[in-house]
Amino acid sequence: MKLVIKNGHVVDPANKIDEVMDILVEGEKISKVAKVIDPKAETVIDASGKIIIPGIIDMHVHLREPGREDKETIASGTKAAAIGGITSVLAMPNTLPSLDSIEIIKALKEIIKNTANVDVFICGAITIGRAGRELVNIAGLKKEGVIAISDDGASIDRGEIMLKALEKAKKEKVLVICHSEDKSLSNNGMVNLGFTSTRLGLRGISKESEYKRVSRDIKLAEETGADIHIAHVSTSESVEIIRKAKKIGVKVTCETAPHYFTLNEEDLLDYNTNMKINPPLRSKEDIAAIKQGLEDGTIDIIASDHAPHTENEKDIEFDHAEFGTTGLETELSVSITELIVSGILTWSELVKKISLNPAKALGIDKGTLAAGKDADIAIISPDKEWLVKKQDFVSRSKNSAFIGRKLKGVVEYTIRKGNVVYKNTP
Amino acid sequence: MSKKKRALWVHKDLLGLEYLSKEDIELLLDTASSFREILDRKIKKVPALRGKTVVNLFYEPSTRTRVSFEVAAKRLSADVINIAVESSSVKKGETLNDTGKNIEALKADIIVVRHNCSGAANMLGRNVNISVINAGDGWHEHPTQALLDMFTLRKKLGKLEGLNVSIVGDIAHSRVARSNIWGLTKFGANVTVCAPKMLIPPGIEKTGVKVTDNIDEALKEADAINVLRMQFERDSMEAFPSQLEYFKNFGITEDRLKKAKKDIIVMHPGPINRGVEISSGVADGQNSVILEQVTNGIAVRMAVLFWVSQVRDKDIKNEIGY
Amino acid sequence: MPLKQVFTKEEIERAITRISHEIIENNKGVKALAIIGIRTRGYVLAERIAKVINNLYGTKLDVGALDITFYRDDLSLVAEQPVIHNTEIDFDIENKNIILVDDVLYTGRTIRCALDAIIDFGRPGAIQLAVLVDRGHRELPIRADYVGKNLPTSQKELVQVKLEEIDNEDSVYIEEKQDE
Repeated sequence: MKLVIKNGHVVDPANKIDEVMDILVEGEKISKVAKVIDPKAETVIDASGKIIIPGIIDMHVHLREPGREDKETIASGTKAAAIGGITSVLAMPNTLPSLDSIEIIKALKEIIKNTANVDVFICGAITIGRAGRELVNIAGLKKEGVIAISDDGASIDRGEIMLKALEKAKKEKVLVICHSEDKSLSNNGMVNLGFTSTRLGLRGISKESEYKRVSRDIKLAEETGADIHIAHVSTSESVEIIRKAKKIGVKVTCETAPHYFTLNEEDLLDYNTNMKINPPLRSKEDIAAIKQGLEDGTIDIIASDHAPHTENEKDIEFDHAEFGTTGLETELSVSITELIVSGILTWSELVKKISLNPAKALGIDKGTLAAGKDADIAIISPDKEWLVKKQDFVSRSKNSAFIGRKLKGVVEYTIRKGNVVYKNTP
Repeated sequence: MSKKKRALWVHKDLLGLEYLSKEDIELLLDTASSFREILDRKIKKVPALRGKTVVNLFYEPSTRTRVSFEVAAKRLSADVINIAVESSSVKKGETLNDTGKNIEALKADIIVVRHNCSGAANMLGRNVNISVINAGDGWHEHPTQALLDMFTLRKKLGKLEGLNVSIVGDIAHSRVARSNIWGLTKFGANVTVCAPKMLIPPGIEKTGVKVTDNIDEALKEADAINVLRMQFERDSMEAFPSQLEYFKNFGITEDRLKKAKKDIIVMHPGPINRGVEISSGVADGQNSVILEQVTNGIAVRMAVLFWVSQVRDKDIKNEIGY
Repeated sequence: MPLKQVFTKEEIERAITRISHEIIENNKGVKALAIIGIRTRGYVLAERIAKVINNLYGTKLDVGALDITFYRDDLSLVAEQPVIHNTEIDFDIENKNIILVDDVLYTGRTIRCALDAIIDFGRPGAIQLAVLVDRGHRELPIRADYVGKNLPTSQKELVQVKLEEIDNEDSVYIEEKQDE
């Protein structure tokens, strides 16, 4: 089975390619990237005017299976991922039950094998039931293929337990992903603490609740030498703390999500529950700091934090609504609209943040279009505009904070291991 | 001859004073004056809303506001239906949106909603086509309370521009304070909020109010003082002053009033806690307008009910300009 | 369409004087008399009638202003929103002979509202109706006791009463209604 992609503008920062090239795919792998490839193949895609990037690796995705298949499943979530140009996702462990045992991981792998449309990597829990007390069998999970651990949605409050987790993780060469939030400081809040929370009459979440925990987690990483990754960075202070840590050589990576560089707290003034997210949408100053962090490389990675919820959980009073927005289907277009169009990132830099850097952080052999690598590819019309509409989402949940927005950039093809898993039909 | 006039009132719902213009508020206060006159007649009733149905949908117990709306609607000849919902059953019961849509299907014309969640009225207003009036939502807004406070002040002092108004009490958790701040500042009143630091919400000075934790300072130049009801039983994680300590430092007593302007107006949204935020002497004293507020509240609510029911579909603006 | 003047300043003046005399005659004097005008031009006319009577008899008649907005039965039908004026009747109407004054009598619906409104203030001895112009086309069984001028009109026409106090002139015009 041969596939040739002709005349597309290839962006592959791993190999410093940023020009019009042809790509030959044979079987599951890329076999050649060259100026001109003779199109003697079963399938030829003319990619003139399109941008070709390594498939996106989204390292923060809630697929909800097992336990909350009403919100999302491996099948529906990975279908949505393909639409967004995503060929690999890291599934977060806050399922029901949590991904905290060998048995549950084995069961999940079976579901993935049978139903996934893109590659699904597994993030195990750090503690049993993500309760922050008893460590999971990290070595055992690792043997089952778990590549990272996190108690996402919660942070481990007790420093000595976090310390132990980091030591074990270092030994097993597993990445620890930190949901850095001190719940005693976030105070059951719902929106960013400040004038906006006052205007809305809602309990506020202080910035300290995030950055003080980021600070602690980085300190523990420094002590242990373990690899840590800070999830969904939302405040200017966190960016600054991470910037300083990197300067002194701490092994830390971090991500932010598209909503943290696009939406601010004032977008919440009409109580749109789709914008109720944790950490909360912050101030305009924080957005500027996040963009600065992306630009100067402090923030390595963009991940969606795709958090699907049913309408019953969102179409209710703001206090009672669940936290989170979906993101798989909008992540790339929001990034193009907010970062490329405004000149904050080049295509090459964006590809690093959505594909190459997550591959490196997770230690998976992807994120590039070099010969011999997995043929995970996204073909994009960079200037095409589209309007985000609730009814158009393929994810089982429709709770997108971006509904009603006009975005730039449309995925035309998503190819995973040589197979077209999504093709845009206008 | 038949030149197109601009609609006087363009809001389907009354959700909060933050969302109204000064002209909107002026129209409500002027109309309330007309209704206030009716309340002194022998027959205190006009047929303006005959055939309309007003539903009081209350998720929080509030006899005072509910009765005021009920009297207002009846003075306008509307039919009134009261629905009280246990907020503890909200989670398992029917959703607010479903309840609203059911009330709409019953062909009611106006829903007056009281809810313990901030933003509940905004959500309901978005989801039904009939008018929604916010009778208090969480810590967010209580627009008709602020309107009646402003009406009372304007009636007593002739204007709102340039008045010094101090609001004393738990500003952080008070929808009455928020609505008063939005309304009064639109009219150029000088508003001071006074509370222990822990009860001042962040960024409140951005509304243009002065902030102090010194009650004597708040009283010194005040033409009027609005004393908020203090609730010490709230199950909160935050620090809270003790009741005794609060009364000692912030309670409005005759002694404190002696240092204020002689004819300072004392308001309170009620129900009052004697000896908690206000002494009996002040509550019943000559500066107090607390009972006048109750009467004025009917007139103001009549004005609101009247105008939301005068909105033609063609006149409706996007409710909130964000 | 140009305006056609049907009533001059002098004619309006004469009509008010005549109506004032008729009121006295009909009520056998000024005892128990009070005048209520419908906002806005009816109230102006009410004040003028009261002035004529006061000048003749040295009395000080009670004059009230009535806004009928809240009594209208067409609030949800008319295209434009109503403008609300204050009602000011600060005297007791119990057993009084009320002269209700309006500028134009047409369908009778405004007068129906006004009657309802007055009765909500108490139980007057009688209510009599005085109008400057009766243009016909009644939709309710209502007639005026005192009429300045009967003016046959078609329903296509508009009758405009202008009064010095509001419009800076005293005059009545007829105008053909524009097709919308």
